Amino acid sequence: MASIKLIHVTKKFKNTTAINGIDLEIHDGEFFCVLGPPGAGKTTLLRLIVGLEKPDAGELLIGGELVNNVHPSRRDISMIFQNLALYPDKSVFDNIAFPLRQQKVDEVQIGTRVSDVAKQLKIDWLLEKLPSQLSGGERQRVAIGRAIVRQPKAYLMDEPLSNLDALLRLEMRVSLKELQTNLKETFVYVTHDQVEALSMGDRIAVLDKGVIQQVADPETIYRLPSNMFVATILGSPPMNFLRCAVREKDGHLSVVHDSFVLRTQDQTLINTIRESGSAENLVLGIRPEDVKIHTRPDAGDLVQAEVYVTEPLGNETIVDVKMGENVIKVLSEADFAVGSGQKIWLKINSMKIHLFHDETHECFFHASGKSSFQLT
Amino acid sequence: MANIQMQKLVKRFGKQVAVNELSLEIEDREFVALLGPSGCGKTTTMNMISGLLKPDSGAIRFDGRLMNNVPPGKRGVGFMFQNYAVFTFLNVYDNIAFGLRIRKMPGDVIENEVREVARLLQIRHLLSMPASNLSINDMQKVALARSMITRPQIFLLDEPLSNLDAALRNVMRAELKKIQQELGQTTIYVTHDQVEAMSLADRIAVMNFAVLQQFDTPHNIYNHPKNLFVANFIGSPTINFFEGVYKEGEFQLSDFQKGSISLSSPATKRTTESLKAEKVVVGIRPEHLKLTNGKTRVLRAKVVSYEPLGSKTIVYLHPDANPGLIIKSSMESDYKPKIGEIKSLSFGEKDLYVFDRESTDLVLRF
Repeated sequence: MASIKLIHVTKKFKNTTAINGIDLEIHDGEFFCVLGPPGAGKTTLLRLIVGLEKPDAGELLIGGELVNNVHPSRRDISMIFQNLALYPDKSVFDNIAFPLRQQKVDEVQIGTRVSDVAKQLKIDWLLEKLPSQLSGGERQRVAIGRAIVRQPKAYLMDEPLSNLDALLRLEMRVSLKELQTNLKETFVYVTHDQVEALSMGDRIAVLDKGVIQQVADPETIYRLPSNMFVATILGSPPMNFLRCAVREKDGHLSVVHDSFVLRTQDQTLINTIRESGSAENLVLGIRPEDVKIHTRPDAGDLVQAEVYVTEPLGNETIVDVKMGENVIKVLSEADFAVGSGQKIWLKINSMKIHLFHDETHECFFHASGKSSFQLT
Repeated sequence: MANIQMQKLVKRFGKQVAVNELSLEIEDREFVALLGPSGCGKTTTMNMISGLLKPDSGAIRFDGRLMNNVPPGKRGVGFMFQNYAVFTFLNVYDNIAFGLRIRKMPGDVIENEVREVARLLQIRHLLSMPASNLSINDMQKVALARSMITRPQIFLLDEPLSNLDAALRNVMRAELKKIQQELGQTTIYVTHDQVEAMSLADRIAVMNFAVLQQFDTPHNIYNHPKNLFVANFIGSPTINFFEGVYKEGEFQLSDFQKGSISLSSPATKRTTESLKAEKVVVGIRPEHLKLTNGKTRVLRAKVVSYEPLGSKTIVYLHPDANPGLIIKSSMESDYKPKIGEIKSLSFGEKDLYVFDRESTDLVLRF
């Protein structure tokens, strides 16, 4: 049980800065996910925490103790990798018992601890088997069992599920979350898969180019992304972006796209947009589920558009819609059946829009359910 | 443009049967996805269409013409693979023009064709750029342009999107579909990703263990899967399966303490008439399985965890008589259950998929 704290940590490899001045506090007993694309610095971050890399600058604290110069073996942290590295000639019991035998724990205690762990992971009926006799998911559980049996201060996991097929991955997601809830230990879980991060993390840190973009709980990070990168990496399909012009006239401010205009008189909002530095242009963001399609102009405030293509998924349909020069993705019903090139009308939920600076890509406004704009 | 006819195609590698008696008729201008897990025979099938592999028996015909002994270069097929074949020492224009130049086409024709393809793929602004400077997304578009420009009558794509990151994959999927609609080339698309197959194809051929399982439209594959394999392979999260028996207007599911589903009378009549098997598997898709607090429903389950995925929330539960089974339910995005809470499962008769446990075939939909 321990918290992990990074203060201005930097790690360079020759000319590449893999981790750039990161500040991060991972709480004791938290399931913490680090989400980022390949090359973001996720694995380097884990290797720094476990001690396989040494920071070039900054401080790393585990359980309040400065560990920059502490050898990995003395940091008491367990790591679980994508490649399981089970001993093929040892039984499941001996695989799980291995770290305890190295610590010279007595055999009676090993017996109880291994069977406790095996019960927790629902592999207690497999203890006599060899890894080759197990399914992929069972092997993964054995690897996890071996990591948790020595009761370390924290667990670090580097994309442990990416070798499994979709069904097993789902099952393991559920059991990892269940396990962490029971153990109440600190888990740091690195992934490029937004579903894993959203589904397991108590909090998520989004990492890109060695810099933390945002740290928040799954709901906040989905609903209030701090910039366009975060808005893109979370959500499937990701958020749509429309470049718009900003116009001011007679106390109104308008956000103008080729196919619609959003107007506001809200002085606070007008000031926010002015102060954002987006004097002429901004980027409007809207998620695919926050736009509704009408096949007829049968309501007010609709925006005319055209079906580009449709992507039926069975349980729902992604409709790619052409709006001026842009194509946006909209989530619609499973039985949506309007062909390419046909006219449709969109209801853009202005209470769910986000506004981003068109150069820095930082978000400066979330509508968050408030109606500040009128569509004209 | 061409139709493709495959009759009882067999391909073996040593003792391994890679494709077993595959018969498939692909229509002119159709977009067909070959879908299945790795090792199911989908790439082998594609390689037989392209001519890279020769079938051990059976026939392949394009527009009625037997192709078995026609070499790949003479079949009029274009390829695109996962690894884009782009010359990094040439600029984008020269890359795209390559296929026409080796065919010794006149310069002005080449120029027109390159510009037209570049317009379709929205890469006109990149034509003079060195290919080595391209982003992965643009590189993929150039690779696509290179294979499109020779106007092959058949287009073969082998997992072309799998190297792209999730966001780009989403964009390219729509682009590919649009382009195929405009060009109208017969297209065969190999993938293990059911989302790609569902969203792109006019029809999907689902394969498993070298055998064709079902060949149908995405709608029918999803709503009328031929067997347990197809039902399980299509849909995310995957369909829920419950083992049970059918007797006199009632399904009895063994995963629940009170696991009986009694049917309304018209449904009972239909079931009794058409259902031969007694041992069944009942399937319910996660989006049709809703959670309620009501006590009237008999199927009860305990919440183990939930995933707030933004646009929806997936809830995982254990049925009250089988803690080893995980039930998936797709709920609204603001749904927040308590862990450990007992919920009732609610669904309609029309949402049930009934399979024969022995043959694994779908035997009933209401």
